[in-house]
Amino acid sequence: MARALLPPLLAPGLSLMSEFLGLAYFAEVPAVLFDIQRAGPSTGMPTRTQQSDIFAAAYASHGDTKHVLLIPSDPKECFEMSAESFNLADRLQTPIILMSDLDLGMNDNLCEPLEWDDERAYDRGKVFSKEDLDDMSERYGRYLDIDGDGICYRTLPGIHPDKGAFFTRGTSRDEYAIYTESGEAYVRNMERLSKKFETAKDLVPAPQLHEAKKATRDGMIFYGSSNNACLEALDILAADGLHLNAMRIRGFPFSKEVTDFIERHDRVFVIDQNRDAQMRKLLIIECELNPRKMLSYTHFDGMPMTALGAAKHIASVLGGSNVTPLRKKKAGEKA
Amino acid sequence: MSYIRPEFRHPASKTNTSGFTRKDYEGALSTLCAGCGHDSVSNAIIDSCFELGVWPHRVAKISGIGCSSKTPTYFLGKSHGFNSVHGRMPSVATGANMANGEMAYIGVSGDSDTASIGLGQFAHVARRNLNMVYIVENNGCYGLTKGQDSATTDVGSSSKKGDPNPYEAVDLCSMALQLGATFVARSFSGDKEQLVPLIKAAITHNGFAFIDVISPCVTFNNTPASSKGFEFVREHREATGKMDFVPVRSEITTNYEPGFVKEITLHYGSVIHLYKDDKLDCTDRNSALRAIQEHDEKGRILTGLLYVDPDSRDFHKVQQTVKQPLRDLNEEDLCPGARSLNAINASLR
Repeated sequence: MARALLPPLLAPGLSLMSEFLGLAYFAEVPAVLFDIQRAGPSTGMPTRTQQSDIFAAAYASHGDTKHVLLIPSDPKECFEMSAESFNLADRLQTPIILMSDLDLGMNDNLCEPLEWDDERAYDRGKVFSKEDLDDMSERYGRYLDIDGDGICYRTLPGIHPDKGAFFTRGTSRDEYAIYTESGEAYVRNMERLSKKFETAKDLVPAPQLHEAKKATRDGMIFYGSSNNACLEALDILAADGLHLNAMRIRGFPFSKEVTDFIERHDRVFVIDQNRDAQMRKLLIIECELNPRKMLSYTHFDGMPMTALGAAKHIASVLGGSNVTPLRKKKAGEKA
Repeated sequence: MSYIRPEFRHPASKTNTSGFTRKDYEGALSTLCAGCGHDSVSNAIIDSCFELGVWPHRVAKISGIGCSSKTPTYFLGKSHGFNSVHGRMPSVATGANMANGEMAYIGVSGDSDTASIGLGQFAHVARRNLNMVYIVENNGCYGLTKGQDSATTDVGSSSKKGDPNPYEAVDLCSMALQLGATFVARSFSGDKEQLVPLIKAAITHNGFAFIDVISPCVTFNNTPASSKGFEFVREHREATGKMDFVPVRSEITTNYEPGFVKEITLHYGSVIHLYKDDKLDCTDRNSALRAIQEHDEKGRILTGLLYVDPDSRDFHKVQQTVKQPLRDLNEEDLCPGARSLNAINASLR
C-alpha cells in the first residue's frame, strides 16, 4: 500500500527478502531495493566485491518471477538511477533492484559532480484519483489491463469512501482482485505480467555503446563497476591492434539495442565479476542466443577487476600479440 | 462459515454516527468451516467498526498466512487490504502505517503466523508501538494444514490426532507485555460482549493494541482434551472486570452499572470504564503479568483487558514523522533540490 519501499541491503539480504520479492511481483507493489553485491555464496567474503547476484536478483523468488534491474557504474549513476528507480517502480508497479556492488558502495570513487534538475517531476504512474473514481461508471478492477501494456491502474487507500478499494494478495485472483483458483484467470494474469515485462524493456536505461576506431566483428559487453577497467582494456587492446566494439548494459530486461549489438558481431566477450558468467548466461537465456558466439571473461577473486587481466585474456583468445600495459609505454613508442 | 447469505437488508436498518449501516462493514462470504471461531471474530470486528462509526475506507486490513489471515476478506469490503507473507504481516503494516498514519490498521494473524514463523516480527512491531490493532485468532493448531500442534498449544493438550503436546506453550499476552505493547487483552471468540468493547478500545488506542482471541478450530482442535476447545475455554475462563468503551463523541452519563470502579481516558478522549475490581490493575504492566501467571498456575484462563497505557506514544510520535500521508507530498515537500546537491558536491571536493 505504501508508494514505494526502500530497503538497502547487502547481498544475503536479497536471499532473505526473496519471498517478499515474489509477493511484490505478483501483487504488483512498487518497491525499490539496493543490492550492494559482495562475494558470496552465504556470507562469502563479506568485505570483498563481486557481481554475483545477477541471477538471484533477476529471477528472485519461487514461481515464475522476473525483476527489473538497474545497473549503475559509478556514484553519479547510482544517484541518478536511484531517483529514476522510484519513477520506474511506480510506472511499472513492480520491484526495481539497483545492482550496485561493494566496490561502488563502500570504496571511494571519483565521478563527475552529481546534478539535479529542479524542473524534474515525479512519475507516480497509473493511479486513479478520487475524481477518476467518481467519473467511472464501470466497476473498478485493480488488475484490469485497460491500456494493453500490461500495467493496470492502482488506487491509494483512504481516497474514496466507496469506490476503488481492493484486497490484494499473493494468491491467485481475477482482474477485480477477487480470490479465484480458476486456471484461466491465473494464466491471463501471468501472461499480462509477461506483457508488462516487455513494456519495461523500453523504460529501463539504454545501454551505452563504444564504437571501435576500426570496423570490427568482435564485441565486448560489460556492466557496473567493471566500466573503467573495461574501457582501459579496450584501449590496451586497440594499442595492440585488437579492436572491439563495446556495450555497457545498464538495465534488465534487455532492450532491442542489446540484442542488435550482439547480432552485428561474430564474437562477443561478456565480462563478469562472478565465477559462473551470470550476465553471459542471462543474455543467452533472455535473448535466445547461440552460446558459442558468447565468450566470457570472469574475474571473481573479490578484488575489483583490472584492465590488464581482461585485456590479456581477450588478446589470448583473439590470437593477438603480447599485450603491453599502456602505462609502461614510453613517449613516442609505436602503438 | 459457508452459507447463502441473504442480500436483503431492512430498509430502515440502523445507521451509525457516520451514516453507515452494518452492511457497509460486511465483507465477502466466509469459506471457513461451519462453526469456526474466526467467523465470530470477523463479526465482532464488523460490530466494533459499525458501533464506532469509523469510515470503512479509512481502515486498512493486513494479514499473514493461515486460516485467520484469510478472514480480512470476510469483513470491511470497502477497505483496502493486503494478505501478505507468512509471519510478516507486521512489516507490511509498518510500511503502510508509516506511509499513511491517518488510517486505522487492523492486522489479523494466527498462532503459528505470530508465535512461530512471525515471532521476530511480532516482537519488533510490539516494541516499536506501531499504531495498529493486532488480533491473533488463537486456536492452538495449524488449521490450514490439517491441525498440527502450534507454538501456543498447551503442554498436555491434545488435538483430534490425540497425542498430548510435549512442548511448553508461548503465551502471547505475557510476551506482548514484556515487549512493551501498550494495550494487551485476551478474549474468547464465543464472548462477543467482551470482545466487541475490547476491539473498539483497541482501535481507539494510540499505539500497539494486542488482542489474543482464543478462537477454537472446530475441525481439528475442539476435542475435550484440548485446552483451546470451546468446552475447555468455557469451563476454565475467568474474566477481568467487565469493561465498557465510551467513544469520545458520546455523552458520558452517570448510568454506570453497579460496581463501576475505574475510568481510563484514551488518547483521543474516549473512555474505558472498568467494573468490578479484582486484583488486576490494568494500568500496571507487572500487575497484568502477575495476574496472567497466577491464573495460569491455577489452570485458569484470564480474559479481558489486561493492560493499557493511556499515555502511549506511537511509532510516528517517537520517529517525529510528517503528519500528512506520504501520497500527498509533492516535489516541493520532498526534494531538497539542486542547491542542496551542489552544497554536497562542494563538501566532497
